[in-house]
Amino acid sequence: MTPENNFVIKIENMTKVYQMGKTEVRALGGISFSIDRGGYWAIMGPSGSGKSTLLNQLGCLDRPTSGRYWLEGQDVSELNDNELSDVRLRRIGFIFQSFNLIQQLTVRENIEMPLYYLGYSPHESHLKASQFAEMVGLGERLDHRPMELSGGQQQRVAIARALVNDPAILLADEPTGNLDSKTGEQIMELLGELNRNGKTIIMVTHEPYIAEHARHQLHVLDGLIDRIEEKG
Amino acid sequence: MRLLRFARDINLGLKSLLLHKLRSFLTILGVIFGVGSVVAMLAVGEGAGRQAMEQIRKLGSNNIIITSMKPQEDQEQTAQRSYLSVYGLFYDDVERIRQSFKTVTQTVPVKVARKEGRLGTRAMELRIVGTTPEWFKLVKRPLIAGRPLLQRDMEGNANAVVLTEFGARKLLATQNTIGQTVRLGPGHYEVVGIVKSESGEAGGLQTPDQEVDAYISLKSAIERFGDVTFRRTSGSDIREKVELHQIIVEVADIKNVESAAEGINRMLELFHKKKDYRVSVPFALLRQAEQTQRTFNIVLGSIAGISLLVGGIGIMNIMLASVTERTREIGIRRAIGAKRKHIIRQFLIETIVLSTTGGFVGIILGISIPSIITRFSGMPTVITLWSLFLSVGISMGVGILFGLYPAIRAANLDPIIALRHE
Ligand SMILES: Nc1ncnc2c1ncn2[C@@H]1O[C@H](COP(=O)(O)OP(=O)(O)O)[C@@H](O)[C@H]1O
Ligand SMILES: [Mg+2]
Repeated sequence: MTPENNFVIKIENMTKVYQMGKTEVRALGGISFSIDRGGYWAIMGPSGSGKSTLLNQLGCLDRPTSGRYWLEGQDVSELNDNELSDVRLRRIGFIFQSFNLIQQLTVRENIEMPLYYLGYSPHESHLKASQFAEMVGLGERLDHRPMELSGGQQQRVAIARALVNDPAILLADEPTGNLDSKTGEQIMELLGELNRNGKTIIMVTHEPYIAEHARHQLHVLDGLIDRIEEKG
Repeated sequence: MRLLRFARDINLGLKSLLLHKLRSFLTILGVIFGVGSVVAMLAVGEGAGRQAMEQIRKLGSNNIIITSMKPQEDQEQTAQRSYLSVYGLFYDDVERIRQSFKTVTQTVPVKVARKEGRLGTRAMELRIVGTTPEWFKLVKRPLIAGRPLLQRDMEGNANAVVLTEFGARKLLATQNTIGQTVRLGPGHYEVVGIVKSESGEAGGLQTPDQEVDAYISLKSAIERFGDVTFRRTSGSDIREKVELHQIIVEVADIKNVESAAEGINRMLELFHKKKDYRVSVPFALLRQAEQTQRTFNIVLGSIAGISLLVGGIGIMNIMLASVTERTREIGIRRAIGAKRKHIIRQFLIETIVLSTTGGFVGIILGISIPSIITRFSGMPTVITLWSLFLSVGISMGVGILFGLYPAIRAANLDPIIALRHE
């Protein structure tokens, strides 16, 4: 059962069950869907419905309890920890609500981090970090620490870091959650531009006006897909 | 390229440690004291070893020195007037030793007389040593001028004397005036050679030679000075009859030195009614030095061991705290694609940088302790290069040993949970 090549993501019957002592929490209850290359998806749903769990599965931070997950045609649902790390390193970019930059490192060092694990030479990663900082409009701030930047700027650094390894998918968990609406809007414009340039983006949000930016809205309820809406 | 990467990792580790300077310093105190003790311990050991070697060189490692000793009961008798105390080694003992021990290669008799030496107006108190040519084979000192005593000097009324460098300088105008005649007590002797001399004690033993020595043939010493000495001290006269003051024995193989000494001691017991001699073995000094060294090593080694253990636990403790503090960072790195081994590597390098820094400070401490020991106890210490390398190795080892557990803990964190950590 091989999925068509056009899918970046194909998921079949994915479940995730957390063991909490003697009780089982069924965070995902058997989910199937697929996402085209270049897609722009928003995952929506009430708190506790399983959005983050799903995004973590898509980001290969964890293995599903059952079901299959193909990323760019490769079955990644039964990889070991090392192999999953490698998938994250080469094919996935993460953006978080709280930016998750390392405070002791400079902007440049934060952006360079994936390249370091990819084994780039200092010279190469130096060039690439400058290039991506430029792209998100922070070419002048490379030697600053995250603390010295505004929230919006920090999220731009995070985006540069997420893109520097040229990932197949960009995953964002509430990327504007910690930003005021104006800054949030600017970040959404940047994501929109990235998507128009071909990047596949999947984000979790509970704000309808943020979800508006995506072409598909996947509504989750109690660990199951409630409905999928396509714009336009 | 790999090296560059490694340098970058170390730099990163240093940075993160410099973030908490005081904490890092307190953490490495244990390692500092531990490594300091190791360096000091090895310096004391090396010093003791070299001192023993030097002493043995002076005394002769293959030699056994048998010295005449006035027995205890005679010491008390001397209060009586005109008592003649007869004790010490016999001329015959030399031949007995020569005949009885296969492992013995040389046996040298030594007869001592304290007389004034005189040349013109110059004079000095000499220790005249009546001996045989073998003396110069056993008490190996460089010849400065002329020649040592030879077999022909032992015959008839030959009257050759060999002076020490010290004696020559006092008696002769210049060192190279070999052939001059000096007066030793009542006799006239021709200076045929000048040798260097050691003097003083080595590990509780007198060196066989002294700087005030003058060497003549045994036969001449017996004829000129006899066996009886007479000394007048306050209140009493001391008369002693001693044939030989010392016998120096050389054993071919150093392995047999101690057993030969034991054998000689047992044999002499048969011929001496009183315990009027002492057998000493320079080689045994090495044993003694080793014993002292061992005692020091146990003390310093325990300090080192405990310090390193405490230091290691301190490091582990602080690294575990650091792992907790930096859970979020670990989560971020894992989400980005760092493998477990990368996390282990990061924390391990940090621990090693920490402990090795402690090691270097400890080396500085360890270099200063021995010089203090030397100043206050007179005990010689020697710091060797290899001991410094060993210390760096030990401190790195402590880092690895105690850093591994925190590093593995860090690597085993679930990335999702680590990311949620506040
Ligand atoms: N590590 C976990 N252990 C146990 N239960 C979990 C864990 N992560 C999530 N859950 C549970 O799974 C369900 C879905 O959680 P989550 O995916 O975080 O929801 P959302 O992001 O939509 O708010 C919740 O009931 C949550 O309590
Ligand atoms: Mg959530």
